[in-house]
Amino acid sequence: MADAPIQNSTARDAPGGEASDLSLVAGVRARDERAMASLYDRYSSLVYAVALRVLGDTGQAEDVLQEIFMQLWKSPSAFDSARGSMGAWLSVIARNRSIDALRKRRPETDIEDVVLSVEPNFADAADRGRALSLVRGALAAMPQAQRSALELAFFEGLTHTEIASKTGEALGTIKTRIRAGLSALRKAVNPGSAVRT
Amino acid sequence: MSVHEQFAEDLALYALDALQGAERTNLEQHLESCSSCRRELEDLRGDMALLALSAAGPHPPQRSRERLMKAVAEDKEAGASSSIVPASSDDSRSSSGWFGGWFGRIGWASAVAAIIVGAAWVNNTQRKNDALQQEIASVRAKANEDSAELQRVRAEFNALTGPGSQQVTLVAATQKPQPQGKALYVESSGKLLFIASNMPALPEDRAYELWILPVEGKPVPAGVFRPDNRGSGVVVNPPIPPGTRAKGFAITVEAKTGSPAPTTTPTMVGMGI
Repeated sequence: MADAPIQNSTARDAPGGEASDLSLVAGVRARDERAMASLYDRYSSLVYAVALRVLGDTGQAEDVLQEIFMQLWKSPSAFDSARGSMGAWLSVIARNRSIDALRKRRPETDIEDVVLSVEPNFADAADRGRALSLVRGALAAMPQAQRSALELAFFEGLTHTEIASKTGEALGTIKTRIRAGLSALRKAVNPGSAVRT
Repeated sequence: MSVHEQFAEDLALYALDALQGAERTNLEQHLESCSSCRRELEDLRGDMALLALSAAGPHPPQRSRERLMKAVAEDKEAGASSSIVPASSDDSRSSSGWFGGWFGRIGWASAVAAIIVGAAWVNNTQRKNDALQQEIASVRAKANEDSAELQRVRAEFNALTGPGSQQVTLVAATQKPQPQGKALYVESSGKLLFIASNMPALPEDRAYELWILPVEGKPVPAGVFRPDNRGSGVVVNPPIPPGTRAKGFAITVEAKTGSPAPTTTPTMVGMGI
């Protein structure tokens, strides 16, 4: 299984006979609490880990977790397959909401504005684990300054000017590092892909 | 079609919400007319998700799941979701997705205009929804506090009136124990606790009904109770119209299910100071 190709499994049932994300979202739309619990069990660790990494506080991370899943319960149609993998979608929303919380500001990004495309789909824990290993490998292989710029932007929500000010680097250098860093992650997980130029 | 090179690095920053000022404005204008850049933006957000994956490890505590499922159950019960999220919002998008559905039907230029108008409406509606949700959360938190307090009072009362408790009313040595009632009422919160003792037994189809005697108007029903085999009874936080100002309380004997207005002469009356 570890060598199996990573596939997009948004629409198909998850391994082990578990319901697919889309069928669970359909359940949530029908006000089925069990469907909501299944989605929570599948993705809460992902959302919580991102929130905790950004906020560094378990209580605040739990609040973000609660907010995101309650929003999903109240507006399940905010997600559809056109927005990409649900797990990836939730993880980006978790990051954005956590940055909002970190800066004590009102949510700036509507969840319905987040559209993304990524392989693998995060529904399958095995695929997710494999992708995690590849991402961590890519981060470890990056020059320290590049990894730092990427993490300052993503996990601390700093703008490129703030990063430049903090690191003493030129703005253009920061831009290049961040783009190259994201590109390295994509290539590590999907070797055949390329950043369009 | 290839992404315009001058926007390539800005796109990555934009995906991270790390682009500001004129560069952000220029890019957003470009995105309106460049489908290739929009696709690249989606890919970059996917890259962000991969970066998010690197945080994996910690798991939320079990209490988070319980908290969520409790809130979900309450929301379902209250039907709050249907009042906050218009049903049409679920039905307004086709299954092919927001971009495919709208842009396929009315074209990009029309869609941009629709988005500008729609965004203002959505933002305004979103702000109202946020305020409503905060208000609902506040009311729920208060209700939870009240419920917890009520459970605590009930538990204490049950403990003190259970089989092992002794209930003794001291009266003048020459006097028989008399029916007594104690009402504790807070007008501002509507909280009411009434405890009765030495109440005469009633026929099976009858019950005692507590009344608030308001400063103005007719008696307000405040709960029914039947005394236990020792003559004790209690009423805890019955539904009372908000702002009911009491000048006194009374007890009448009514049908077991209660009555909207007294039908018998009060057996007990107490006036506030």
